[in-house]
Amino acid sequence: MSEALVATEVPEASVSGTSGARQFWRRLRAQRAAMVAAFVVALLVLVALAAPLLTALEGQDPTSYHPSLVDSARGGVPIGSFGGISADHWLGVEPQTGRDLFARLLYGARVSLGVALTATAVQVLLGVVVGVAAALGNRWVDQLLSRITDIIVAMPLMIMALALLAIVPSSFSRPVLVALIIGFVAWGTIGKIARAQTLTLKELDYVAAARLSGWGTLRIARRELLPGLAAPVITYAALMVPANISIEASLSFLGVGVKPPTPSWGQMLSSADVWYQAAPQYLLLPAAALFLTVLALTVLGDGVRTALDPRAASRLRIGTGRRQESKAGKEGSA
Amino acid sequence: MSGFTGFALRRTVSAVLTLLALSVIIYVVFYATPGNVAQITCGPRCSPEQVHQVAQQLRLDDPLYLRYWHFLQGIVAGHDYSTGTSVEHCPAPCLGLSYQSDQQVTQIILNKLPVSLSLVLGGMVLWLLLGVGTGVLSAWRRGRFTERALTGLTLAGIATPAFVIGLVLMIVVCGQLEILPFPEYVAFSDDPEQWMWGLLLPWVTLALAEAAYFARLTRASMLETLAEDHIRTFRAYGVGERSIVGRHALRGALAPIIALNANDFGSAVGGAVLVESLFGLPGIGQELVHAVTVVDLPVVVGMVLVIGFFVVLANAVADVLYAVADRRVVLA
Repeated sequence: MSEALVATEVPEASVSGTSGARQFWRRLRAQRAAMVAAFVVALLVLVALAAPLLTALEGQDPTSYHPSLVDSARGGVPIGSFGGISADHWLGVEPQTGRDLFARLLYGARVSLGVALTATAVQVLLGVVVGVAAALGNRWVDQLLSRITDIIVAMPLMIMALALLAIVPSSFSRPVLVALIIGFVAWGTIGKIARAQTLTLKELDYVAAARLSGWGTLRIARRELLPGLAAPVITYAALMVPANISIEASLSFLGVGVKPPTPSWGQMLSSADVWYQAAPQYLLLPAAALFLTVLALTVLGDGVRTALDPRAASRLRIGTGRRQESKAGKEGSA
Repeated sequence: MSGFTGFALRRTVSAVLTLLALSVIIYVVFYATPGNVAQITCGPRCSPEQVHQVAQQLRLDDPLYLRYWHFLQGIVAGHDYSTGTSVEHCPAPCLGLSYQSDQQVTQIILNKLPVSLSLVLGGMVLWLLLGVGTGVLSAWRRGRFTERALTGLTLAGIATPAFVIGLVLMIVVCGQLEILPFPEYVAFSDDPEQWMWGLLLPWVTLALAEAAYFARLTRASMLETLAEDHIRTFRAYGVGERSIVGRHALRGALAPIIALNANDFGSAVGGAVLVESLFGLPGIGQELVHAVTVVDLPVVVGMVLVIGFFVVLANAVADVLYAVADRRVVLA
């Protein structure tokens, strides 16, 4: 473990004696906005995990229809004031179906965070494997993998995801499918970052020392290179999570992502514009949940970047993931 | 100059190769899937014989590489399709026929392209103005309240997906305040004024969703330039702050803005799909969503390829502009 931590320090050219992880925490804690965001994210994760408990407390579930709670004569408007808010249904019910809004909102958080985290994991795994392989392989391997990465980067994510969702049989679990598609279409930038970083790392003395002592490529990759890749990859991945949440919400909004009865914030919003007068919370709640989640994750991602790469932050290159994409693109083509 | 010409030539060749590879990948991914296209195209009530007939008509029994070759031939030289009684000619960039309507895919795309181009190009003008303007203002008023307020707004812009912005705008501006009518596409050639009014809200939506990234980038690059030595020299010579920020610092931000605009093009097109669906604009995005829901593969593949073409084109153009905007860039 300590070996891994020391290795993170090397490319940072850091002079401090404290371990990388401790330094990271210290730098992250120093940023107030990032800490607030971390708190909000922790709360969201907790709520998502505890969704079954919380809905049990309310005495509802996300999929039961309550036709008696909507006025079918008026097109399915929830009965009662404020969209049917009552002691039984804390946030009211969904128009037309009468499903409990509180439960759907909470279970929506599970879908949203689950899909985004799974997608990010796939992106990181694919990107790092391909990037490191390209950097360590011979000229032809590098050429082939780099060209594939270029093509992957050239694919517009929304369009590809939209199109791919058409051809997979509907029996496949939609949330898993959406996560896998995002993961497999959008790993290119991490691949480029991993390749560029590995190329830099493998010229360093400690890697040369490992090679001279007869270590195999795989062992060097795992023991010496991966720890050095952690900082740039985590930085980028932290900003991919909120982006992936937006993508899932967008696809579900278009009606091709997560499909009913599984609840999703984007999907809830797709019919909300029709109901905003009768049940404003049907629009406002998922929109606010989406906004808060993406905002908190973005601020946390920025904080993680500043904590991991203070040099970049001090040069005020505080941008978004896309900024890095263009940077990595330039490095990759050079 | 010869270095530049060579660079442009190499860039073009690599763009063409990328597109070719993209077309192979997309073709294989979409046509090698297990889903029963013939059954879906024919409809649920078709008999097995009818399904078989459809499969033959669509050449679904041919090996994949033959079908791809056929597809490529269509793009380069066009095709003749026999529709039983007559022969229909599908001219040069032929992307096949829609399973659903038997229309030529190229024609479908050409019909929808003006809407999408109007949306994206108009939105682009707006998001560049808005994003770069916000970035310049933040860099100029750095350390003051204005900068902090703009930084907060920018963050909010990044955190809000395009469709949420559009949804809220539509409800507030069109539904509650009734300032604007609900967006509607009128061809520019029919009535330029109606064209503009109809697209105003979609443009604003797309611009608000994209501008935040440009605001952040512009601010960051400008602050970086402002910290450089030559700016200090300008100051020492008594050049005014307005000129330093507005001219010299902005110049340093130009190249990264161009690069971002190209890298971002793909995601802007994705945003455009959402905006089109939300506002009911009959563009490529809406058609793509429709084609996806009815599994009309030739339309899906054709549209993904055309969009991919524009993304690759945008990247190539940006690389050239990037080299022009920033002389320090080594042409590789």
